[in-house]
Amino acid sequence: MTLANLTRHAGEWLRGAGPMHDVVISSRVRLARNLAGMPFLSRCNDTQKQEILDRLKGEILQAGVAPKVFYVDVDAASDLDQALLVERHLISHPLVQADHPRGVAISENETAAIMVNEEDHLRLQVLRSALQLNEAFEEINRIDDLLEQRVDFAFSSRFGYLTACPTNVGTGLRVSVMLHLPALKLSGEIDRAFRAARDMRLAIRGLYGEGTEAMGDFFQVSNQVTLGRSEQQIVDDFVNDIVPHFLQYERRAREELLKNNRTEIDDKVFRAAAVLRAARRISSEETLYLLSLARLGVNLERIRDIELKTLNELFLLTLPAHLQKIHGRSLDAPRRAEVRAEFIRRRLGGE
Amino acid sequence: MEWRRLDSHASLPLDPPRRANYDGVWIFRMKQKCDKCDKPATIHLTEIVSGKKIEKHLCEDCASEEGITVKANVPISQLLEDFVLQTSSTEPAQPELECEVCGMTFTEFREHGQLGCPNDYDAFDTVLTPMLARAQDGASQHVGKVPQHAGTAQQRQTEILRLRAELREAIAAEHYEQAADLRDRIKQLEQQ
Repeated sequence: MTLANLTRHAGEWLRGAGPMHDVVISSRVRLARNLAGMPFLSRCNDTQKQEILDRLKGEILQAGVAPKVFYVDVDAASDLDQALLVERHLISHPLVQADHPRGVAISENETAAIMVNEEDHLRLQVLRSALQLNEAFEEINRIDDLLEQRVDFAFSSRFGYLTACPTNVGTGLRVSVMLHLPALKLSGEIDRAFRAARDMRLAIRGLYGEGTEAMGDFFQVSNQVTLGRSEQQIVDDFVNDIVPHFLQYERRAREELLKNNRTEIDDKVFRAAAVLRAARRISSEETLYLLSLARLGVNLERIRDIELKTLNELFLLTLPAHLQKIHGRSLDAPRRAEVRAEFIRRRLGGE
Repeated sequence: MEWRRLDSHASLPLDPPRRANYDGVWIFRMKQKCDKCDKPATIHLTEIVSGKKIEKHLCEDCASEEGITVKANVPISQLLEDFVLQTSSTEPAQPELECEVCGMTFTEFREHGQLGCPNDYDAFDTVLTPMLARAQDGASQHVGKVPQHAGTAQQRQTEILRLRAELREAIAAEHYEQAADLRDRIKQLEQQ
C-alpha cells in the first residue's frame, strides 16, 4: 500500500452508501489520548517528542488495530502527499503545520487513522460513510482497548482522559457528521437550524474542520461537550436526536422546493450537470458548488443518468492534490483548472 | 428533542470601546417571554457597560430589528479564548499558579490555551474547574470510559512526571549519576 494507490478511488467513507445517505455524507469519531507520565506536547523537548513517536508508532503497528496498516512519516512526506492526506481527511492541518516528529498510521481501507503528536500524543479517528456512528464508535473503542493493553493513558477519575486542551477532557470524544444541506441553504432556513444546533452545544464547521468555510452546502456538525456525558450518550444524542432533526428539516425543505419551485430547481440542477459536462476550465470552488447542486438533483431523482457514487468520488478526486497526484506531476492553478474540467467531463460522459 | 437556546453568542451592533468593560454573553437556560412582544424569548443577552448590568430577552424577530446579529461560526478555540478572556476581566487578581511538575503557569496556559502536563489539572484546579464548567455545560465529573488499569496507574503517572522533571534538571546541572538513577526509577515504574 502506498500513497499513490490512494488516488485510484475514494475512501470507503465516501462510497455513498448507508443509512440516510441522501443527507449524511459521512460519520466521524475521534478520541484524544496522551501517554501517562509524559508532559503534553507543549512541554516536551524534541527528544521526548521523538520518544513518544517511536513508542506509539511501534505499539500501534504491533497492536493489530486493522488487518493492514500503513504508516506515513509526515515530516518526511512531500507537500503534495501531505495535502493529499488532508484532502482525504486522514490527517489534520495542525499536524501538517507542526514542525516536530509526527506521523499517522492508516488502515488500508482508510476507515481508521491514528495521528501521533498532533495536539495530543494520540488522535484516533474512524470515518464511515453515511450515518454509521454506532459502528464507527464500536471500531474506535476496540482500537482504544487494544492500545490500552499496551500503554497507560493519562487519566483521572474526576476529569477522565486528560488532554492538552481542556475542551477535549473527559471522554476525549468528538463525534461529527458531514451533512449535505442544499435545500435548507436555498430556502434560507439554514441559519435558524444552525442557531438551534448551537443552542444544543454543537459546533458547525465547513468541509475541512475548524476555521474552514462551509463550501458547497456541506457542513460538519460536532459535539463540544466532552465531560459529564458518557461516550454512548454522546453518540446516542447524534443518532437519535440531532441527525434526525437535520434530516427532517432538509427533507422537508427539499419537498417544499419540489412542490413550489420545481422549475427553478430543475433549472439549477440541470444547468449544473450541463456545465460540469461541458466546461473546459473549472476552479475547485465552482466544481464544489456545481457538484453540490448535481448531487441535489440526483437525490431528488431529477437527474437520473448520474450515479451518486460518481459524484461523491468527484468531490474528492477533483481537489488540487488529488488532481496532481493522478496526473503524476505538479500543475499550476490555470493548468489544474483545465485538467479538472477534462477529468470531470470524462467521468460524467460529457463531450 | 427540544430546540433550546443555551447560548446566543450574540454581538451588539455597537461593541463597547474596550473589551474589558464588555462582559460578553453567557449561558442561561430559561423560558421567558420576549421583552418587546409575546413570543418566547430565544436570545438572552447580559451586558455590562460602565459597571451597569443590562439584561435583554428577545425573540429572534425583535432581536434582528434591534440589529442584534448572531455570530455565524464560533470555533472551539474561540470558545476557549472567550471564557479565558472573561475570567481575566471579571475575577480579582490572585497569586500566580504554577505546576510543580512541568513548570507551566496559569498565565502561560491562558496565553496559549494548551496545558503542559496532566498534573496541571490539579495544579490549576481552583481556576480551571469553573472555566471547565462553563465550557462543558456545567459538568465537572467524568462519567465515561475508564481504562482497564486506571486505579494504580494514576498515582504512578504523577510520580513518573515528577521524576522526569527531576531528571531534566539533573541533566541540566550535569549530575549524571543522579540522572542515571532517576532514569532507572522511571523505567521501573513504567514497566509496572
